[in-house]
Amino acid sequence: MYTSSDLRKGLKIEIDGEPYVITKFDFSKPGKGQALYRCHLRNMVTGNGFDKTYRSNDKFKKAPLDERQMQFLYSQGEEYNFMDNQSYEQYIIMKDQLADVIDFMIDNMNVDVLLFNDNPIGVTLANFVTLEVTRADPWVKGDTSGTDTKPVTVETGYELQVPPFVEEGDRIQIDTRTGSYLTRAKD
Amino acid sequence: MLKKLHERAALFRAVRFFFENNAYLEVETPIRNPVLIPEATIRPVAAAGFFLQTSPELCMKRLLAQGYGKIFQICKCFRGQERGDRHLPEFTMLEWYRAGGDYQSLMAETVGLLCFIADEMEGGGMDMQVVTLLRKSPRFLTVAEAFHTYTSISVEQALADDCFDEILVEHVEPNLGQNRPCFLYDYPLELGSLARRKEGDSSLCERFELYVQGVELANGFSELTDVAEQRLRFTNELQRAEKWGQEGGAMPEKFLGDLHKMPDACGIAFGLDRLVMLLTGASTIDAVVSFSPEEL
Repeated sequence: MYTSSDLRKGLKIEIDGEPYVITKFDFSKPGKGQALYRCHLRNMVTGNGFDKTYRSNDKFKKAPLDERQMQFLYSQGEEYNFMDNQSYEQYIIMKDQLADVIDFMIDNMNVDVLLFNDNPIGVTLANFVTLEVTRADPWVKGDTSGTDTKPVTVETGYELQVPPFVEEGDRIQIDTRTGSYLTRAKD
Repeated sequence: MLKKLHERAALFRAVRFFFENNAYLEVETPIRNPVLIPEATIRPVAAAGFFLQTSPELCMKRLLAQGYGKIFQICKCFRGQERGDRHLPEFTMLEWYRAGGDYQSLMAETVGLLCFIADEMEGGGMDMQVVTLLRKSPRFLTVAEAFHTYTSISVEQALADDCFDEILVEHVEPNLGQNRPCFLYDYPLELGSLARRKEGDSSLCERFELYVQGVELANGFSELTDVAEQRLRFTNELQRAEKWGQEGGAMPEKFLGDLHKMPDACGIAFGLDRLVMLLTGASTIDAVVSFSPEEL
């Protein structure tokens, strides 16, 4: 159990059987008045948020969350299959819950899966992943069009802007937090 | 980064200069006390059988009762579990008391202090917008007017529904003092356990709060001198504290024993850390103290 004085940005609590994270927090106390804990909470499954002000005597249930390393096995339609690296137990996560993660995830990649009451609710990738360029226009030396980037497609189907020297078949490093090109992988 | 403590010290010098110019005596009172002001909403910090003061009010009023007519103090106050962008569990308070005054004259004197500070601090690398704001002629707004202007609920209804504090913080305070200092005054009687009843309206007390840019800076009032009424108000407050699970509350008998000798007076508590915050444009109180509790 948490009390109001434990509330802070980033704390995860359970409300009506669902996990919430506090995304904004402000402590207020009007002169001669009560301590007020003003929070913005985001539902960690649906993403919906709401504002709520709590008082000192309020109590909160800790959200039973667990993060485990798993391997992405394969996808079949809307279903994405993962395997717990320790227990070898398999989990299915639906495509819409993975959101942008699918832009950077390839078979056999290790990822962190967040579980709420043993149900997977989110996947976090490494900050940097290396992916192969599957389509790129050739670089014309002496191109004076003035553009210093060009679009390419990587093996997941994700499209991004890269420097003109990147070619089809190259492996490039991408920052998964911003989705932007970092460097050409040397391997 | 070395700037912040210089700016803080400059403000403290200006404050002391103001009170010296106005013939106030700087006093010190004990920080550890066996009995505190009964206040249900403040959590006392225990210290070896005593408590750390939540404010120097009781001791300073006992000095008024001894005949010291104009006194001020800059001291540390302690309030357990108060932590946020504008709150530290240990913070610096300026308090001053004057025999013979009431809350109206105290608001006027506070305006004088703000103007004096603006003059003294000008050009010292301070936020000029705030310096200019401090000099502006203030707005005076009663609590009832403020609720009428900024909310769809009356003060009476908010108190009955037990949501006065929430409404005040969320809907009223952000509007106060944005272009000029704002005095919010005439609070409901139950929200000023040491303040005198308002003459002509016994449902109110002669209490005010000063706001600058939505930040509450000071709380002042005409002091309650009626011993029987003060005892009754403390009794109510102690009952409320007990109901909320606070332990160790006791009646401040020595203070009550001196109260009949205290002249009519006014007094105010002013949070100096917050004024430094505003003047330096700091977004958190941590930025204007040497060390926050987490840094120790």
